[in-house]
Amino acid sequence: MADPISQFEIKNLVKIAEIGGSEIHFTNSALFMAITVVGIWALLVGGTSARALIPGRLQSIAELSYEFVANTIQSTAGKEGMRFFPLVFTLFMFILVANMIGLVPGTFTVTSHIVVTASLALLVFFTVIFYGLYKHGLGFFRLFVPHGIPIYILPLIVFIEVLSFLSRPISHSVRLFANMLAGHITLKVFAGFVTLLGGLGIAGVIGAALPLILVVALTALELLVAFLQAYVFAILTCIYLNDAIHPGH
Amino acid sequence: MDPVAAKYIGAGIACIGMGGAGVGVGAIFGNYLAAALRNPSAAQGQFGNLIFGFAVTEALGIFSLLIALLLLFAL
Repeated sequence: MADPISQFEIKNLVKIAEIGGSEIHFTNSALFMAITVVGIWALLVGGTSARALIPGRLQSIAELSYEFVANTIQSTAGKEGMRFFPLVFTLFMFILVANMIGLVPGTFTVTSHIVVTASLALLVFFTVIFYGLYKHGLGFFRLFVPHGIPIYILPLIVFIEVLSFLSRPISHSVRLFANMLAGHITLKVFAGFVTLLGGLGIAGVIGAALPLILVVALTALELLVAFLQAYVFAILTCIYLNDAIHPGH
Repeated sequence: MDPVAAKYIGAGIACIGMGGAGVGVGAIFGNYLAAALRNPSAAQGQFGNLIFGFAVTEALGIFSLLIALLLLFAL
């Protein structure tokens, strides 16, 4: 039986270059990131090329995803948040499609690696800091000083606010990574039960039906989780960007 | 005690913290459902708040998972 962790192994496919003794390879992770981007490109460009008044299936999906993200931004970060629409839409679509492609058996899940999710979360974190400082100057630090707090507990509150601000990229990235990792390990463990019981003869094959049904049900659950985690990542990005746009509490 | 054994026991203990996050997430979704059944017309508008509360609560569980992962693989 295959180890449930081996699905996350990064394999080198094509060697590209060698810089300072460390080799640079085109890996299966990079391949699936490329597939994700090409898939999104095909959906959006292919969907909107006809510009039909009555949208077809592809155009409906493209329009629905656009309106969904636009509504999310406007309800959490206001009209000014639409300036960040390209960033949020890119993050949402990339994570959603990468999660969905990862659910196909035999594929590689890009978002199950902390290095990918941490890069995305740090991108959001630094965007918030740079845009907040650019837009409001030092007024951005009002974010850490809530109104109406008695002066004698203010130092403690500011300390907690700063700490929670600094821990954002950690929880932002680990949430997506841990959900994907745990979900795929669970699927592989239950799939392992199916092959294990199936090898025991007739009685085993009948017994294997139960974990097989469970794997199907878990795949449906993972489909929900794949969408929910992409949505959570996008809505948290909007809420963090809202802090940069309107720093006063 | 063997340091490797202590590391594994520590990782297991750290995961207990995720139970607290489970209680919190259950409270959030339970209260949302209870409120949504009382006033279904207002439920749709609070979906974003629901997800935000879920994410913030879950973050605390993630920190304990992070400690467990650090103990197992990084330290």
